Amino acid sequence: MTTPRLQVTAARKEFPGVIALDGVSLTLAPGEVLAVVGENGAGKSTLMKIVAGVYQADAGDVLLDGAPIHFAGPGDAVAAGVILIHQELNLAENLTVLDNLFLGREVTTGGGLRVLNRRAMAERAAGLLKRVGLPASRIFARVESLAPGEKQLVEIARALGTDVRVLIMDEPTSSLTQRETETLYEVIAALKAADVSILYISHRLAEVKQCADRAVVLRDGRNAGELAKADITHDNLVRLMVGRDLKQFYPKTHRTAGGGTPVLTLRGLRYRGGPETAASFEVRAGEILGMAGLVGAGRTELSEAVFGVRPIVAGELLLNGQPLRVSSSADAIEAGVLLVPEDRRLHGLVLAESVGFNLSLPNLARLSSRFGVNRSEEADLHRTWIERLRVKTPSAAQPVGLLSGGNQQKVVYGKWLARGPKVLILDEPTRGVDVGAKAEIYALIDDLAGKGVAVWMITSDMEELLGMSDRVVVMHEGHVAGELQGTLTEEAVMRLATGGTAT
Amino acid sequence: MTRILGVLGLLVVLYTTLIASHPNAGKLDNLIGVANLQGRFGIITLGAALVIIVGGIDLSVGAVVGCSAVLFGVMMNDGIHPFLAVPIVVAFGGIVGLTNGLLITRLKLQPFLVTLCGMFVFRGLARLLGGTLGQASIIEGHPDFRDPLRTLRYLLIGKSPSDGELLFPAQFVLLLVLAGVVGFFLHRTAYGRYWYAIGHSELAAKYAGVNVSRQRVAIYMTCSAFAAFTGVLLFLDAPSVQSDNAGFAWELYAILGAVLGGCSLRGGEGTAVGMVLGAMVLPVLENLVNFRGDASDVIPVVIGLTLLLGAIVDELIRQRSRVHK
Repeated sequence: MTTPRLQVTAARKEFPGVIALDGVSLTLAPGEVLAVVGENGAGKSTLMKIVAGVYQADAGDVLLDGAPIHFAGPGDAVAAGVILIHQELNLAENLTVLDNLFLGREVTTGGGLRVLNRRAMAERAAGLLKRVGLPASRIFARVESLAPGEKQLVEIARALGTDVRVLIMDEPTSSLTQRETETLYEVIAALKAADVSILYISHRLAEVKQCADRAVVLRDGRNAGELAKADITHDNLVRLMVGRDLKQFYPKTHRTAGGGTPVLTLRGLRYRGGPETAASFEVRAGEILGMAGLVGAGRTELSEAVFGVRPIVAGELLLNGQPLRVSSSADAIEAGVLLVPEDRRLHGLVLAESVGFNLSLPNLARLSSRFGVNRSEEADLHRTWIERLRVKTPSAAQPVGLLSGGNQQKVVYGKWLARGPKVLILDEPTRGVDVGAKAEIYALIDDLAGKGVAVWMITSDMEELLGMSDRVVVMHEGHVAGELQGTLTEEAVMRLATGGTAT
Repeated sequence: MTRILGVLGLLVVLYTTLIASHPNAGKLDNLIGVANLQGRFGIITLGAALVIIVGGIDLSVGAVVGCSAVLFGVMMNDGIHPFLAVPIVVAFGGIVGLTNGLLITRLKLQPFLVTLCGMFVFRGLARLLGGTLGQASIIEGHPDFRDPLRTLRYLLIGKSPSDGELLFPAQFVLLLVLAGVVGFFLHRTAYGRYWYAIGHSELAAKYAGVNVSRQRVAIYMTCSAFAAFTGVLLFLDAPSVQSDNAGFAWELYAILGAVLGGCSLRGGEGTAVGMVLGAMVLPVLENLVNFRGDASDVIPVVIGLTLLLGAIVDELIRQRSRVHK
């Protein structure tokens, strides 16, 4: 057998209070694409960061082409050809694409002065961008002006510009469109052909099936199993990840057939900075209205307008048939129109504060008397929702930022459920949430709809959309392109989302 | 770009108003005097602006200016030759910056805190070193220092060796030279890329293999060295310096100049041209207030309101351009 490109043996890493990795091993052959799969908290990120020199393992060995490596920092790893494309983008947004492509390895003249040789860099940059399917005209664009998918491609192009031997991709398609994803697959195939080894981390099981030669599954910081290409199936992966079978992933049990009366109605709604075309649709009691669309279709913006964060400039908003005026999120919350935002770390939670603090935040008025916050009532509220939503936390005093993505998301649900929502707007309800917590969140959403809450679910996850929705509204470039009911298919959704018409 | 045009517009308005305010205001003497001050403030602005670009702040600038001016005088009093004293003072600044930088990068202390402490320490050190120092008394003690001091004064300040009259704005020339060097590093070399990247997203720079700490330390050293050199200029230009008020609050002038010139306090933004233009605003404004015969007490109010107005206009422009995106 040839020497593996990368070999990790019994890697162990402990953080205060948590054993993130407890003896994980893996091997990666030259030119192989190895998927690393696991729930959040399974240790994938920690493992990747050890390989990429961000963390140092407490025990265990990492061998690169048979030689032990001890990276002191990401710089050493980059120099050795181990490149991590991080889940959170690591581009300097204020610089141009060109600057980012060569950040840390500029082509320079003048010796120690390191004068930039822009022409040489621009020439190479054009080639790199071409390989990831970006137009050369983007070279001098500031990164902040690019779409999220384009940024991701720039990061990949940057890795291509180095003598990369091991490329680690952490959720590389999280912000890519379908087309860009296909470009990515082509890039991966080309890298494989060039003998580059790839560690591919993804939540999207379909992708793993598509491009991995082998999959390693981690669970609770240990190796849970390994699947050869032929054995990579949704069921096999989920079983290894969760350690048990998941019967009903997308429950549709409690809901009223066909939905009840309209709860939230948008009539010709337009918001500041939004498109010229107005949006009209309704969300009914006891149904889950799915909203599909490509990234940038204006779904999040529309929901923010309804939630009172973006000023409404035209049209009407009705709640149970009565006009509803929202000039701030406080109005929306008061009326029972609640938003679980797309970016929970930014908009959903005060990360540095405790679970309890976050659960209390929108409920403080109810918990307060003239003598301040009633501590025992507050503690009751914390206990109730931590138990009901099965939030995995040592206590209500735990900083919410230390919980896993799924448990953070549960806290966001909890703070709203404690208020009793009439309309629940879910923007990417399970993004960055592991499979186990996903199933729980789906059951919760289903249960809420069953209790008569009108659920408006914005999602880019096609499986989730088709699995959970009773009805689907598709947005395209800022307007409602169409509505689908009955048997929902991916083709019908995509046709509308890309500007086609319903048939 | 809009920022540079904005501050350029402000300067045009200020200069026009100044020249219209009094017949003497437009005379070459006065303009040279203003330019000299602009040069001196400009040099500390360059340093402060670099620190701001890498996402930090240096509040110790003014105290380092004062301490360096006093140190310069004290060393010559003790018989150290002026030509030797200048590099020693600049090296002192470098060591101050090194200390700031290491405390910030190694111990992960906040720049605001570290340099706030520095502000007290170096102001106090200046007071411990000496009270009032002037060139006249030094020459009295060391007659052989008269000519070297005159040479320095001519080269660095532009004052005539014979009668001490201001001949040309040497400090402004120095500013242009240093701004050229800063601009070269900032806009033409790999280091400049690192500074912008660090200021905007430290992680991005780190993951790209940039030695973030080393760059930060180098910037703090540059800033303090510039401040120390400005202390030398202050000593040479003034008849005497007082340890308790030399360079007092200048760190704020430097930050003000940097911000007016387009540096965002969030880091990652700013140009060398902007720094120079930004630093030019304050001395003109002061001169204008003087010529209008307003009480000098009005100066801080005018400065504060001007900056506030600038910030408001800037934010409005920013919001508008965002909507149009």
